[in-house]
Amino acid sequence: MKQKLVIIGNGMAPGRMLEHLLESDPDAYDITIFNAEPRVNYNRLMLSPVLSGEKNYEDIITHDDAWYAKNSITLHKEEPVETIDRASKTVTGKSGITAGYDKLVIATGSNPIMIPLPGADLDGVLTYRDLDDVERMVRASRAMRHAVVIGGGLLGLEAAAGLKMQGMDVTVVHLADYLMERQLDQSAAHLLERAFAQKGVAVHTSANTKEIVGDAGKVAAVLLDDGTRIEADIVCMAVGIRPSVDLAKRAGLDVHRGIVVDNNMRTSDADIFALGECVEHQGECYGLVAPLYEMAKVIADNLLEGASTYAGSVTATKLKVTGVDLYSAGDFADGENREEIVLRDANAGIYKRLVLQDNKIIGAVLYGETLDGPWFFDMLKKGADVSSMRDTLIFGQAFQGAEPLDPMAAVAALPDDAEICGCNGICKSTITDTIVSKDLSTLDDVRAQTKASSSCGTCTGLVEQLMALTLGDAYNPNAVTPMCACTDLGHSDVRRLIKTKNLRSIPAIQQELEWKTSNGCAKCRPALNYYLISDWPGDYADDYQSRFINERVHANIQKDGTYSVVPRMWGGQTSSLELRTIADVVDKYNIPTVKVTGGQRIDMLGIEKEDLPAVWADLGKAGFVSGHAYAKGLRTVKTCVGTDWCRFGTQDSTGLGVRIEKFMWGSWTPAKVKMGVSGCPRNCAEATCKDVGVICTEAGFEIHFAGAAGLDIKGTEVLGSVKTEDEALEYIVALVQMYREQGHYLERIYKWAKRIGLDEIRSQIMDQPERRKAFFDAFVYSQKFAQVDPWTERVSGKDKHEFNPMATLTLEAAE
Amino acid sequence: MTIATGNWVAIGNISDIPELGSRRVMAGKKTIAVFRTGPSEVFAIEDSCPHKGGPLSQGIVHDGCVTCPLHNWVISLSTGEAQGADEGRAKTYPTMLDGETILLDAQALT
Repeated sequence: MKQKLVIIGNGMAPGRMLEHLLESDPDAYDITIFNAEPRVNYNRLMLSPVLSGEKNYEDIITHDDAWYAKNSITLHKEEPVETIDRASKTVTGKSGITAGYDKLVIATGSNPIMIPLPGADLDGVLTYRDLDDVERMVRASRAMRHAVVIGGGLLGLEAAAGLKMQGMDVTVVHLADYLMERQLDQSAAHLLERAFAQKGVAVHTSANTKEIVGDAGKVAAVLLDDGTRIEADIVCMAVGIRPSVDLAKRAGLDVHRGIVVDNNMRTSDADIFALGECVEHQGECYGLVAPLYEMAKVIADNLLEGASTYAGSVTATKLKVTGVDLYSAGDFADGENREEIVLRDANAGIYKRLVLQDNKIIGAVLYGETLDGPWFFDMLKKGADVSSMRDTLIFGQAFQGAEPLDPMAAVAALPDDAEICGCNGICKSTITDTIVSKDLSTLDDVRAQTKASSSCGTCTGLVEQLMALTLGDAYNPNAVTPMCACTDLGHSDVRRLIKTKNLRSIPAIQQELEWKTSNGCAKCRPALNYYLISDWPGDYADDYQSRFINERVHANIQKDGTYSVVPRMWGGQTSSLELRTIADVVDKYNIPTVKVTGGQRIDMLGIEKEDLPAVWADLGKAGFVSGHAYAKGLRTVKTCVGTDWCRFGTQDSTGLGVRIEKFMWGSWTPAKVKMGVSGCPRNCAEATCKDVGVICTEAGFEIHFAGAAGLDIKGTEVLGSVKTEDEALEYIVALVQMYREQGHYLERIYKWAKRIGLDEIRSQIMDQPERRKAFFDAFVYSQKFAQVDPWTERVSGKDKHEFNPMATLTLEAAE
Repeated sequence: MTIATGNWVAIGNISDIPELGSRRVMAGKKTIAVFRTGPSEVFAIEDSCPHKGGPLSQGIVHDGCVTCPLHNWVISLSTGEAQGADEGRAKTYPTMLDGETILLDAQALT
């Protein structure tokens, strides 16, 4: 029978241990995990980018539900373990789930230290430890303004930077004389404090918090010993962590500061291992990921009858705050028999300090330029004698030997066993060997295969340099994704070549650009058709066989093969005549479902294809035209009632919306375009999640773009402000035309903007009147050919073959 | 008209179907999608995707295949087989051209 392995805790360390275990022997154990958190395993090092909004939760998942299912692992979520019964070898969770074990791994991690200050229990006092904390902080940052972070260490500073990026006013209160006193010396801390001041984060050092002042049960301010009072809506306590040992203590295991383990990572009970931040090994507790990963490897081996041992770790630290480069390792206090080498460059904001003892590096602090960190750390760990390069040591590795200052040469010169990825303990030769043996060519592949740069990501640059070094010209960090299997060219290349080679038909493109198929596929043909329409208006004849069915028949196909029809309601306004017409059409054609859409129009669903031209003819009599609800083109312009009715309205938002829609309808775009115009900053038309939006103000019109509210949710960016409605229209049209000319097919505006760069777009539309005018004129010209109502055309007989069967056979006649 | 076997019925002229396009032929409860892939090349296939019954006649035609408009399955027009990783088969019907007239084997319909 298989042995039973139970793991308490589902953080990064047990996750890594399982990877090692499953790699060596996937069938050794029946595995059960008890996780206190209600989710799968994620990369805790990446909480800072989640807090700052640079990443989201999905980006940082390391093992998803499918992974546990695939490996037949039972994962109990939101089930903290309450008791370990060592006599019967069982553990029991909060809700009563009990599991027996042959081997048990305790990985309960650590708890944030809460200083027992008066007011520490107020609503609004948070810690910074897991995703729940981050979500609480992000929520707070939306509604509130002032944040105080108690603690100026690694975690506190990352929390402060994240909250600042979420738009809060942030103050850091730190007990010691200078920031990160355990990892930095005073000079580096000074530079760090200055960098935070430049970000707009206030720092109080030598500041002892006396009390958190409350108001009606909620945080109101932080009071320091010296009487300083700092306004606060939330307080984040980030003063440190303490191993979480209560469970182990109750089970009667040896516990000091952490759960005591031997060199095989066994606790005082031979069948129970402890792993991660809850562990105390030879008097040391660890809070950084590299040692935890080393422990994970040792336990995995011991679980499989191995005998490898953990020898303790020397750790290096990097601060993960955008725009701050900081690396520290080892011991750098002043002391007898210690020498130091210092390099300062005030202009460049660089400070480097090495502490030597007996010609060996024992400590390193680097600020502003950290490329040599791993090299110094490598020598530190090996105890390398540096006397031969003592004079130039501080200038870094590139300076030793012939080719100074070429980063590639520096990487090339690293010894094979030099550690590249500190988090995962991956050395240079592991990476280069894997690139060759597994024929890897992308960074993602290298991450998946070696784990290098997959945790905190700060060594990504080094890994990329190694790839360039190993693969030579074959490595292209900007390798293009081909449009489809018919070609190796990407969308940008194809768009450029259509123009430069003057290609004016789909067969011409396929011939000149050496398509691998005879007539393309369902991916490339619609894209090419759009590019040609956009680039050669009035000249290129739309190829209907290269359009998706919805654009071919000007209605939306439904799951049962029927269609839905959405007529345009300009700016979301309608009338009794229009509504009466719709009612009559619904009755006449037995339309089963009538639905109000999110874009302020009416959708009629379940219409037979043969009925479409007749439905359109009836709608057309009331003046309805196609709403293009099916098109990669202008869809809706949603409006509020503006100054016509609203007591808060500042401009005629409905009028502007109607004007934009009447100007732009019928235009084809790379992907759908939805717009909104709100008459005041209350934003009832929800313009700030649209592809293009306008917020009216007393002073004029604020133009927004690049929002999304579908698969991705993203607020808009501000393009700029204009004073008149005419200007608003001109700028919006120019923006959309720029997107029409540059966008990849199916690429929404927000993705295009991310690719091109917001500043580039702002510069061309807001600051270059000639560019803007050229875009505007190009759009106006193309509208001459695009603004034809497709429904009227089809009512008049165009594409009749689309709507009627070619033949109707009676089976008797066929026999 | 020289026809060896089958019960061939005329269903239309080849110019009724755009190149790389399709038309439907109604036959009792069945709908047949008739595709034209070249100047004188036609295929007839059941108008129902083996995946979720999507109307194949509404798809984009390319390289002897049609891409279903509902979920992008690619179906071979000559065999009716789903291409790539997908598995399934739509029924195909014999066709032939007599000059410009498209003929369908009505025996296969019953």
